[in-house]
Amino acid sequence: MTSNRSVIRTEGIKKAYQMGEEVLWALQGVDTHIDQGEFVAVMGPSGSGKSTYMNMIGCLDVVSEGRVFLDDIEVSSLKPDELATVRNQKIGFVFQQFNLLARTSALDNVILPLLYSQIPDSEWKSRAMHCLELVGLAERSGHQPSQLSGGQQQRVAIARALVNDPVMILADEPTGALDTHTTEEIMTLFTELNDQGKTIVLVTHEPDVAAYAKRQMIFRDGSLVADERAENRRSFNIDDYQASA
Amino acid sequence: MNLLQLFRIAFTALKLNVLRSVLTMLGIIIGVSAVIVMVSIGEGAKAEVDKQIEAMGGNILLLYNDWNDRMAGGTGAVAKLTDGHAAMMEQEIFGIDAATPIVRSNAQIVAGPLNWRAQVEGTNNGYFITRNWDLAMGRQFTAQELQSGETVVVIGKIIRDELFGASDPIGQTVRVNNFNATVIGVLEEKGPDSRGDEQDDVVVMPLKTVRTRISGVSRNNPDQVSYLEVKGADNVSMNYLKDEITSYLRQAMSVRQDQNDPFRIRDMAETLESRAETQAIFNRLLAAVASVSLVVGGIGIMNIMMVSVTERTREIGLRMAIGAKPDDILNQFLVEAIALCALGGMIGIGLAYAITRIMETSYGMATLINPEIVVISIGFSALIGVFFGYYPALKASRLQPIDALRYE
Repeated sequence: MTSNRSVIRTEGIKKAYQMGEEVLWALQGVDTHIDQGEFVAVMGPSGSGKSTYMNMIGCLDVVSEGRVFLDDIEVSSLKPDELATVRNQKIGFVFQQFNLLARTSALDNVILPLLYSQIPDSEWKSRAMHCLELVGLAERSGHQPSQLSGGQQQRVAIARALVNDPVMILADEPTGALDTHTTEEIMTLFTELNDQGKTIVLVTHEPDVAAYAKRQMIFRDGSLVADERAENRRSFNIDDYQASA
Repeated sequence: MNLLQLFRIAFTALKLNVLRSVLTMLGIIIGVSAVIVMVSIGEGAKAEVDKQIEAMGGNILLLYNDWNDRMAGGTGAVAKLTDGHAAMMEQEIFGIDAATPIVRSNAQIVAGPLNWRAQVEGTNNGYFITRNWDLAMGRQFTAQELQSGETVVVIGKIIRDELFGASDPIGQTVRVNNFNATVIGVLEEKGPDSRGDEQDDVVVMPLKTVRTRISGVSRNNPDQVSYLEVKGADNVSMNYLKDEITSYLRQAMSVRQDQNDPFRIRDMAETLESRAETQAIFNRLLAAVASVSLVVGGIGIMNIMMVSVTERTREIGLRMAIGAKPDDILNQFLVEAIALCALGGMIGIGLAYAITRIMETSYGMATLINPEIVVISIGFSALIGVFFGYYPALKASRLQPIDALRYE
C-alpha cells in the first residue's frame, strides 16, 4: 500500500526557543521520512518536541536549522505567504478543539479552506458536500456546530481537512476532547481514509489512539527515539521507551 | 478571494453580533446624518433664495428716502424721491427697463359682509414689470385711470380668496376705507417672501388714487413716494446702474457736493444672496462640528475591532492554518471595518433624508440634499473605516498561526 513517493522528509531539523536568557532546543536534529499512504502516530510526553515537529512539517513554523521537504518542495526556506499557500494546497489540519467557526453551517465550515484556494467557487459546494459524505454527515450539512455532537463536529473538521485534497492530513490530538466511544469512531474514520490512500500524521500522547496507526514515531527531549512500523512491533509498548529514554 | 466574498464574510461576521454592530455604527450614523442635515439646510436656504431672485426677475434695485439724513443735514427741506424722478430716470438713464414709483399704505377693504385689512400700493403699470408679476385675470390700469386717479383696484390672491371666494371678482365693487372702488384685475399667486411675509396680501391702485384718498399728500413734498423700484436690463451691470442713478438723482435733487445722498439704493438680489451666504456659512460651521462626531464614531469602530480581533484570535489562527495569507486576514478585518462604516453611512443618509422631510413638511424649512454631499459622506465614512480599521486589522494579520491557534 505504501508507495515510494515521499510526502515528508526532514533533514537534521533543529528548533530553538529563547526562554529568558536560556536557549531551549525543542528539536535537536531530527531526520524523518514519511511516504505517501502512511499512517503515522507521532508520540511523546509533553515537552518532547512532538508538537514542534508537527508545526515544522505542518508549515506553521520555521526551523532554526535543517531542511523540511513537503511533497518534495523545500518548505524550510519559504516566506509566510508561500507557507500559507503550501498549507492550503498540501495539508489538511484536524485539531483537538475542532476549531469550527461558530454559528456557521457545517457546509460553510468545510468550504472555508477553498476561500483561500485557486479552486473556482462554482466547485466549492459540490466538493464540500462530497467531503461531508465521506465523513457520513451529508444530511447535516446545514447544521451549525452547536447543533452537532463532539464526534460530529470532529467529522466536519475532518471533512474540512479533506476538501482541498491535501497530500497529508495532520491531526493534532484529534480525540483529545472526545469520549472513548467517539474516539473509536473517529479513529475508524481515519483508518478508512488511510485505506483509501490518504497519508495521515497523527500527533497524540495516548497509546490506544496511536495503536490505530501503522507506524509510530516517539519523541523525547527533542529527539526521535523510536520509529517503528506495526509489522515489526507486535509486542510494542510505549512505556518501554518512556522508561528507558 | 475577491472583494465580493470579502464583503460576504464581513457581513456574516457583523450579522453574528447584530446589536454590537448597530451600536458601533451609531456614531457614524449620527455623524453622517448630522453633517448632511446641516449642509442640506444651508443648501436649501440658498436654493430658496435663488428661486426668489428668479421670481423677482433679477436686476432689481430699491431706492429709499434716507430718513436718517434729515437729522444730520438739519436744514429741513431735504429733497425726496418722487414719481417724477421715476419717469425721468426711465427716459434719461440707459439700461433701465422700468422705474416704478410706489406709495405704500394700509386700508380696510370691505366686500359685502366681509372685510380685510390689507397693504395698499399706489403705483403705475411699471409695477407689473419690476415685480415680474402677471395678472391671473382682468387687466392692468388704463392711462386715463392713472392720470385722473380713478378708484380701480388690482387685488392679490389672498384678498380675492378672503373677500370673493370662488366667485368672479372682476367688475365687483369693494369699499376701500371710505370710498368705493372697482376690481379690474387679480394678481397671480406668489406665495411668501424670504422673510415669510405674504406677498399676495396686497391691493394695487393708481398712485394718484392712493395719494389723494388714502395716504394723504405731504405738504412739503407733494410728489413724494415711499420708494422706487428699478428694473435693470438683462445685460447691464448693477453697479454701473447704481452709479448712474446716484449721479442722476444727486443732480435732479440739487444735492451739494459736501452733502450725503438723501436716498439709499439696495440691490435686492445682493441682499438676499448675502443673507443666504451667511446662513450657509453658519450651517457649514455646524456641519464641521457635527463631523467631529464622525471621528468619535471612528474611534468607537477601532475599539470594537480591537475587541473583535482578540475575541477571534483562534478563528484567525485557524484561517491562517488552512491557508489564509497575512494579507487575507488584514483584508478581512479591514473590509469588516469599512462595511461597518459604509453601512452606518448609508443608514445615516436615510436618517438625514427622513429628518429633512420632517423639517420641510412639519416646520416648512427649505432643505436640499445635494448628491455631492451624499457621495462625500459615504466616501468619508469608508475612509474612517480604513483609517480606524487598519491598526486592528494589521494586528490580526501579524499573529503567528501557532500562537493564535493555542490562544485561550
